[in-house]
Amino acid sequence: MDKQARNEKYLAYVEKKSPKAGWFTSLFHAFVMGATICCLGQMFSDIIKSFYPMMDLLTLGAWINIIVIALTILLTAFGCFDRLAKYGGAGTFIPISGFANSIASCAIEFKKEGLVFGVGAKMFYVAGPVLVNGVAYSLIVGIVYFIISLF
Amino acid sequence: MKKIGEQTFELEKDVCVVSRCSLVGSKEGDGPLKDYFDFIETDDKMGEKTFEKGERQMFLKTIKSAIEKSKIKKENIDLYVGGDLMNQLVSSNYVASELELCFLGLYNACATMTESLIVGSTFLDSGGATNVLCATGSHFSTAERQYRYPLEFGNQRQSYAQWTVTGVGATLLSNKISSKVKVKRFAIGKVTDFGVSDIANMGAAMAPAAMETICAFFKDTGTNQKDYDLIATGDLGKLGSDILKDLMLEKGYDIETNYIDCGHMIFNIDQDTLQGGSGAGCSASVLNSYILSKMETGELKRVLLISTGALMSTTTNQQGDSIPCIAHLVMFEGE
Amino acid sequence: MGEALLMYLKVILVGGSICMIAQLIVIKTKITPARILVIFLMVGAILGGFGLYNYVVEWAGAGATLPILGFGNSLANGAITAVKTDGLFGALSGGLIAASAGVAVSIGLSYLISFFVSSRTKKD
Repeated sequence: MDKQARNEKYLAYVEKKSPKAGWFTSLFHAFVMGATICCLGQMFSDIIKSFYPMMDLLTLGAWINIIVIALTILLTAFGCFDRLAKYGGAGTFIPISGFANSIASCAIEFKKEGLVFGVGAKMFYVAGPVLVNGVAYSLIVGIVYFIISLF
Repeated sequence: MKKIGEQTFELEKDVCVVSRCSLVGSKEGDGPLKDYFDFIETDDKMGEKTFEKGERQMFLKTIKSAIEKSKIKKENIDLYVGGDLMNQLVSSNYVASELELCFLGLYNACATMTESLIVGSTFLDSGGATNVLCATGSHFSTAERQYRYPLEFGNQRQSYAQWTVTGVGATLLSNKISSKVKVKRFAIGKVTDFGVSDIANMGAAMAPAAMETICAFFKDTGTNQKDYDLIATGDLGKLGSDILKDLMLEKGYDIETNYIDCGHMIFNIDQDTLQGGSGAGCSASVLNSYILSKMETGELKRVLLISTGALMSTTTNQQGDSIPCIAHLVMFEGE
Repeated sequence: MGEALLMYLKVILVGGSICMIAQLIVIKTKITPARILVIFLMVGAILGGFGLYNYVVEWAGAGATLPILGFGNSLANGAITAVKTDGLFGALSGGLIAASAGVAVSIGLSYLISFFVSSRTKKD
């Protein structure tokens, strides 16, 4: 039997043999965790709105992000965020908390390599793709919009 | 030494296990084998500043204790062979510099323990060396930050993932001092790649390598699973060992009754390690505690240890390459 | 009061569903979380570029802004608003300006805690 056929047969067998995560519970956990974080954000948004009723949606959104980021980084510092993430899965990494946790965890992890090559160089080791792609997309959107606005 | 068949070698001198020592971290120390380990360390950094320095201290403590137990003077140890999971084998390198022994650094990922035993016993069988020290180990925290994510990073592990064992095992072999347990034969594995590229699924990647080495050994020696009291694989985990049983059955060997996997048995099911332990320290610590102690008491006479190693790097994995794997087999015989 | 309750229901529905869809992709495919983040970010940026995501934000508040889709949307929105005021220069600077506060807070706080905290071994 040639290698390719052998490998394909084996991979199909492995796929069948590998245990599947209990997907109902994991979806439920993700929903609960995501909803909780968003509700928390909405609560802060309501509180801010009650003090500054005139604030526009974008600024308000940015403020909520900042608050959730700060909370996440504090939880990471106290070492409880990885527990939450283990429970919530996508429910914790899809909201902005995942972004904040990846930056904070890298900063803590690589501090032993020093401020320059450790914290400085590796802080965006996990979060980098999000930032790089985000800025690239915003450039595309901006330039396309600029060209359209010329006509 | 003489070669039997394709991959198997038989030692002609008596290569004896003179002393052994095992050290594990606290999580492994909560597992089912806790009574067998020599040391259970509650501090993963061993009082040092970094996990890497802690890993070196674990190596030193284990090796020093193994030498002490053997009553062999350190000056009379001709060679230290071994390795770990760190890039450039840094842990072993620093340990060797501290010990001031002649050193051969070996890397076969999680199969390094059997590789060290093979190289060590070859030196002893040739008569060139009298006492050889074999030591390998791994550390959960150093491996995690080198191969995966930062420790505080929150993520869910795949249901088929494994947990790197924090542990070190050291075996002192000699051809002068006799003891109950001897290394008789070994089979050197071929690098096997069945196309698995998911690094979380190490068990499935490594099982074919174990199967090929075991089958080659059985064929070369004309024996089968019934001739051995115990067949132990290194760190296939639960899924990997189930796959291996299926693969062996396909080849006509039913290993169900006398087969264990070190990675599967080092943790309890409720310790949340999913498929079980992995890492160079896994088979090293279980060999030097559970398996050899059972052989010394005479409970087990003929034992096969097959450590399996996945030989990829983070670079090849990110480039989408499949995982090449290897398995080496060592046969021990007790009196 | 009824209105506020309804708002929270919408937040739960939208925020929870987005995370659930991501989790479904994680389980059903072999796509890693990092890639899923980038894909969701791109979807957010595209929806934002066409001005569609703002309707979701108006409807579901934090349920739409907190998931990474909202981050992509705010980057795209930032670029568009800046083009309106500063032309081409806005196209180049708008995205980063929109993301600046969040990123700066992440970097600043992470830098700060790195002085006080070291990583600990995982227990489970």
